[in-house]
Amino acid sequence: MANMKGRNMPRVQDAKERVRNFDEVSHGFDDATMVEEADRCLNCKNAPCMGGCPVGIHIPEFISCLKKGDKEGASEVISRSTKLPAICGRVCPQERQCEKYCVRNRAGGAVAIGQLERCVGDYNLTKQNVKSSPDPSAPAVAIVGSGPAGLTCAADCLSAGLRVTIFEAFHKAGGVLTYGIPEFRLPKAIVDKEISKLLDMGCEIKLNSLVGRSVTIDELKRDYDAIFISSGAGLPQFLHIEGENLNGVMSANEFLTRVNLMKAYKKDSATPIYCGQNVVVVGAGNVAMDAARTAKRLGGDVTIVYRRSRDEIPARAEEVEHAEEEGVKFMLLTNPVSIGGDETGMVNSMRCIKMQLGEPDASGRRRPVPIEGSEFEIATDHVIVALGTSPNPLIKKAFPMLSFNPRGTIIADENMFTGVEGIWAGGDVVTGSATVISAMGAGRKAAAQIIEYIGEKKK
Amino acid sequence: MNKVLSIVETAPRVVRLEVETPDVAKHCLPGQFIILRADAEGERVPFTICDYDREKGTITLLVQVVGDTTAEIAALKAGEYIHDLVGPLGNPTELDEYENVVLVGGGIGCAVIYPQAKKRMSEGKPCDIIIGAKTSQLLFAKEDFKKFAKNLYITTDDGSEGLKGFVTTQLELLIQSGEKIDCVFVVGPMIMMKNVCDVTAKYDIPTVVSMNSLMLDGTGMCGCCRITVGGETKYACVDGPEFDGHKVDFKEAMQRVDFYKKRGNDCRMMRY
Ligand SMILES: Cc1cc2nc3c(=O)[nH]c(=O)nc-3n(C[C@H](O)[C@H](O)[C@H](O)COP(=O)(O)OP(=O)(O)OC[C@H]3O[C@@H](n4cnc5c(N)ncnc54)[C@H](O)[C@@H]3O)c2cc1C
Ligand SMILES: Cc1cc2nc3c(=O)[nH]c(=O)nc-3n(C[C@H](O)[C@H](O)[C@H](O)COP(=O)(O)OP(=O)(O)OC[C@H]3O[C@@H](n4cnc5c(N)ncnc54)[C@H](O)[C@@H]3O)c2cc1C
Ligand code: SF4
Ligand code: FES
Repeated sequence: MANMKGRNMPRVQDAKERVRNFDEVSHGFDDATMVEEADRCLNCKNAPCMGGCPVGIHIPEFISCLKKGDKEGASEVISRSTKLPAICGRVCPQERQCEKYCVRNRAGGAVAIGQLERCVGDYNLTKQNVKSSPDPSAPAVAIVGSGPAGLTCAADCLSAGLRVTIFEAFHKAGGVLTYGIPEFRLPKAIVDKEISKLLDMGCEIKLNSLVGRSVTIDELKRDYDAIFISSGAGLPQFLHIEGENLNGVMSANEFLTRVNLMKAYKKDSATPIYCGQNVVVVGAGNVAMDAARTAKRLGGDVTIVYRRSRDEIPARAEEVEHAEEEGVKFMLLTNPVSIGGDETGMVNSMRCIKMQLGEPDASGRRRPVPIEGSEFEIATDHVIVALGTSPNPLIKKAFPMLSFNPRGTIIADENMFTGVEGIWAGGDVVTGSATVISAMGAGRKAAAQIIEYIGEKKK
Repeated sequence: MNKVLSIVETAPRVVRLEVETPDVAKHCLPGQFIILRADAEGERVPFTICDYDREKGTITLLVQVVGDTTAEIAALKAGEYIHDLVGPLGNPTELDEYENVVLVGGGIGCAVIYPQAKKRMSEGKPCDIIIGAKTSQLLFAKEDFKKFAKNLYITTDDGSEGLKGFVTTQLELLIQSGEKIDCVFVVGPMIMMKNVCDVTAKYDIPTVVSMNSLMLDGTGMCGCCRITVGGETKYACVDGPEFDGHKVDFKEAMQRVDFYKKRGNDCRMMRY
């Protein structure tokens, strides 16, 4: 008979404590809790949870291993579907994927699949890297961008004996995992470990290398047998309202890059950072939560302004909860109209308008419409805009032979093929800003295609 | 990579260095820039590619010491390395459509007009060049500019060399002398570019400026470098760095470039 216990929660740093540091918020499960939580899984025959997993991890099978405390076995199961469980366990929106479909939602809460995956991922991190190197005469793959899509594609191609070079524009690899998601949610040591694994497999990572500028597409075509473009969606959207170029108004990308990539939260950092006293973050996705919680840690009083209601908040549920516990305020059904500043060009206020929900729009969510005459002003000395991102237009210039959507995303088929021989693309550059796991899945699919293509070519 | 092959002090607090960076040297064009980090913890800081040698795989930078990173660069010795260097960034200068161009360089801005002057000379279309500095000692590459120029005009604030006054004074003299000018390309401190634009606007002469905004990634991913040009927001790093000077909102641009200068200290208060 299955146990009827409620879902176990991981230990977390106390909210009052954690707003004063950048250490990871959640400690995850200890081994005993892991086994207890694994025991809650009913090992359903039809495993509805798996239908919610974008990469089809065999969830009941890995959880069965954990029931016996067998992390190695669980790791083998998971590694058939994902390369990055320590990362996905931490950042996947499980409540909208696997856990959403878990039958235990009706009995004590969904099995904490993400937390269990994290246990397995963290166990993997303790293992020594396996050193290998591809045959120097093996066919070579060029990968543009070192985010989760690129890293996954690289790992699979290397495992198949191909040579791989990743080109990364920044001075550090990892994509959003490195420059976007903060340390307190995803410790950089984990990302570094994943990258060190690739290096030990003989992967070449060319940092400070902007494809289209430092190296051209013709050079890539000449020197490599296949190309995978995983350059993400890094171009920030702004509000296009008055006052947006005032000092103290910035994109979440700028704020987070200064803090995460440049380590500007550290006392001795060479890179400056500004954090106001009354910070307003516009938007309510993961990026907005990360910016808000980072500003909180830098001493700001933080308010999130979002034009829809609580039900439509796109961020992971856990991040919203954590943000609230940390004292981030939410001003919902509110939209900025204009931003005001003083004579030195510094922001000092924001005019907003109240919204109400009307008919559903194209996204199926109810469309927010302004309530006439409801405008009001709030005082602020720092506005962070987190409204989503689109692919960098440099990619379109660098790869003129590819087809693009109006939003700037590359058009690729379900196998990540762009239609141009030898070139695949996947991750945010194809989907627009999405998730780590979908980017990873795309990298994996593309790798399979590339391996097949190179195999055929050799014949 | 990024080995410093030579470094010389060309004026007090100004160094010229040649850096080995084949990928950049192979692809760069006049007007483009690079972003570097002096050491493993360094800030990302932009510098113009002042000159390049595709065969040797080197670029030349001209660096004026104004703060930590520039001081660290100036202290490098030949044989040492710059930790990170990415480029070429930004768009090349586009002046080919103009026959009679006047190049105006103020202070370190000469680093941007230098490759343009050299290019126009090699194409047999040398320009009139005006360079200005606070004092004679701070004039950059005078001898080189003499070689590249149709006529070289020098101004110094203190009159220690050339005309006493600003580049604008010299430019206005030139315009009034009836010299045919199709375009002015001016690079220097923002206030100087603004003043030159005010002069050329009076005479309806197209004017191109190079905006040295604050930058972070230099690839269009943060918006830190944004300026307003003709009422529209532009990113200096990917849409520029060169823009129609008559359309640039200089007041805003000057306020933005000073943002961290004033707040350097408060920004460091809640750090860990
Ligand atoms: C702040 C923030 C928080 C997020 N939180 C979550 C979360 O909790 N859960 C979740 O699932 N998803 C989250 N996401 C989304 C997720 O991170 C992305 O969907 C995912 O990283 C996309 O991966 P990718 O490999 O396609 O691209 P990216 O991770 O964006 O990597 C692309 C890389 O390509 C490089 N590049 C770009 N152009 C070039 C070029 N021309 N030459 C060379 N290199 C280039 C970039 O520098 C970058 O390093 C978050 C995103 C952000 C910004
Ligand atoms: C496209 C571009 C090309 C450039 N080319 C050159 C060049 O060829 N040679 C050169 O010496 N400098 C150049 N600069 C300016 C150079 O990047 C700055 O001087 C440098 O960032 C200062 O770094 P620092 O750490 O030494 O000083 P910091 O301590 O960062 O700053 C010192 C002072 O310089 C100011 N400052 C910082 N960044 C800039 C900037 N971008 N423009 C103007 N003032 C700034 C600060 O407000 C502060 O007052 C260029 C800038 C841009 C955007
Ligand atoms: S649906 Fe829930 S209980 Fe059923 S197998 Fe999946 S995780 Fe276990
Ligand atoms: S420097 Fe980041 S967008 Fe220009």
